Amino acid sequence: MPLDAAAAATEARPLLEVEDLARDFDVSKPLLFRLLQGEKKRILHAVAGVTFAIPRGTTLSLVGESGCGKTTVARLVVGLYTPTRGAIRIDGTDMATLTSRAAQAPVRRRMQMIFQDPYASLNPRWRVGDIIAEPIRAFGLMRDRGEIEARVGQLLRQVGLSEKDSEKFPHEFSGGQRQRISIARALSSNPEFLVCDEPTSALDVSVQAQILNLMKDLQQRLGLTYLFISHNLAVVRHMSDRIGVMYLGKIVELAPGETLFARPLHPYTRLLLEAIPDLEMTGRQRTPVGGEVPSPINPPSGCAFHPRCPFANDRCKAEAPALVTREGVQVACHAVEEGRLAA
Amino acid sequence: MPLLEVRNLRVEFPTRRGVLTAVDDVSFSIDEGEVLGVVGESGAGKSITGTAIIRLIEPPGRIAGGEVLLAGRRIDNIAPEEMRHVRGKQIGAIFQDPLTTLNPLYSIGRQLAETMQTHLGLSDRDARARAIRWLEDVGIPGAAQRIDAYPHQFSGGMRQRVVIALALCAEPKLVIADEPTTALDVSIQAQVIALLKRLCREHGTAVMLVTHDMGVIAETADRVAVMYAGRIAEIGPVRDVVKGARHPYTEGLMGSIPSLTHRVERLRQIDGSMPRLTDIPRGCAFNPRCTKVFDRCRIERPDLMATDGPTRAACWLYAKGEARDAA
Repeated sequence: MPLDAAAAATEARPLLEVEDLARDFDVSKPLLFRLLQGEKKRILHAVAGVTFAIPRGTTLSLVGESGCGKTTVARLVVGLYTPTRGAIRIDGTDMATLTSRAAQAPVRRRMQMIFQDPYASLNPRWRVGDIIAEPIRAFGLMRDRGEIEARVGQLLRQVGLSEKDSEKFPHEFSGGQRQRISIARALSSNPEFLVCDEPTSALDVSVQAQILNLMKDLQQRLGLTYLFISHNLAVVRHMSDRIGVMYLGKIVELAPGETLFARPLHPYTRLLLEAIPDLEMTGRQRTPVGGEVPSPINPPSGCAFHPRCPFANDRCKAEAPALVTREGVQVACHAVEEGRLAA
Repeated sequence: MPLLEVRNLRVEFPTRRGVLTAVDDVSFSIDEGEVLGVVGESGAGKSITGTAIIRLIEPPGRIAGGEVLLAGRRIDNIAPEEMRHVRGKQIGAIFQDPLTTLNPLYSIGRQLAETMQTHLGLSDRDARARAIRWLEDVGIPGAAQRIDAYPHQFSGGMRQRVVIALALCAEPKLVIADEPTTALDVSIQAQVIALLKRLCREHGTAVMLVTHDMGVIAETADRVAVMYAGRIAEIGPVRDVVKGARHPYTEGLMGSIPSLTHRVERLRQIDGSMPRLTDIPRGCAFNPRCTKVFDRCRIERPDLMATDGPTRAACWLYAKGEARDAA
């Protein structure tokens, strides 16, 4: 039946597709200073062309160190920034074609964001019930007060809080409980897609475990799709189906989680995995890799990682590697591509 | 004789709503050249313990009881002027944020030289020469040129290297490092930890490493003390605490950390959160969250006691007569 065929096509289509997404920030000094001191404009390429897709019901994580552009990608996807270049398609709809707020609203309702700092992302003057009900009111999903109240109570129970908590203010809750409130707020518009920007990095480990377990349970129960941003590789491994490693605004390796940890290809991924202290590593000796992440205003020529890379040669200094797919793993590295670097 | 001995340390903060006990009857010791890790979640009292030892607690907080002995000599009751010579000369300190540790108005060379001149009585020229050597030693490229640079001209990782040089340059016997790598990225963190480990081994410096990151502790420390609600819950050799924790809190804490080497469907979770200092439960502070709780835990507070493993834990499961029925 054609209806089934159409449904199957929807199933197969990734919920989110991002193509050659880029975002620049102008960090120049004011015009007058520039004229007086003869300086050029300074452009920071926070995201310099990333492409990925997230199939329905799965989790894609982006990892990387500070300044690699992972949070900018998250903000671009939910529309907090407008892209300089590239396309974002939610369930096949190109966000750039929806110009008015009204046209965007039905798509926006389907995605929500959870922020890093649960102390800054909840309005301290609002009661928890109003915070959670805001998306419901903003999208006009329900009109009736009683109905909204019932829905808020249900959401609070879903994230492990009590219905009575809707009368309280955010300051009455601990960090972990506030993050639960953020999750309840994100879920209130019945989204299919959640962008989670470091949702547990402000939390203690035992509370982090509670939140990660909750997010996994909710994903299974509600069939949610996650774009998960984190600098913590262990957390990312726990949460993700696929992982993208970012360095200076680009994805350098994108692979299924298990593959990435079993056989990291890109030298930067290897460095990251090598650098992380782990419980299993008591008494381990290791050789830390030197150098720091260069400034994204003046990224190195060729492959941005070459100044820190032990395998770099002249080609790496001159020519930026493209993301190449081999055996289901995408990697941007000349050394891997040429076979200089064993897998 | 241990290098540092802390006996029944108690730190209180008087507030309008009563006295809060941030550190409650904590005892431990550090041997010469040993690295003791102190872990715990926010509010467990780990940083306060560190700052109490060097007597830098912000008023109105105060040491309300106990003794701190450095090489057998009490330092918790000496005059503030004398304590200033102990800090820096005998105990170095490294804090989380290098920007607040370094004076932004002085060049790093001047800060290093001043520290060494105060504590070691060097001449200007010697102090400068030694400052350059220290900067080379902590891996700052072009040390001789960069010695006159100011803190803002360095990156975060480089600043923390300068802070390490500053803490070690008067050759103290003990360094208290409070979350030294928390503000840094993982690849920089690995460099800084390796540096701290190497320098302390070379100079025979003991380290009290305070952090919330079990991974850092697992790699760096010889022994570890796990703190909960102002008390030590468990203390012992690092491998035994990580792999064979005896205290239910430590066990839960280790299980709740996602691992890099193996994947689990669900993380072990400890329900609830650490009590606030204003309402610490009667008996064992962990009892409302503990899965193995029994009557005695709700009434009597346990002290550290021997367990059936190499660690010591503050848990009634290991009191004589109780141990068997729990196992």
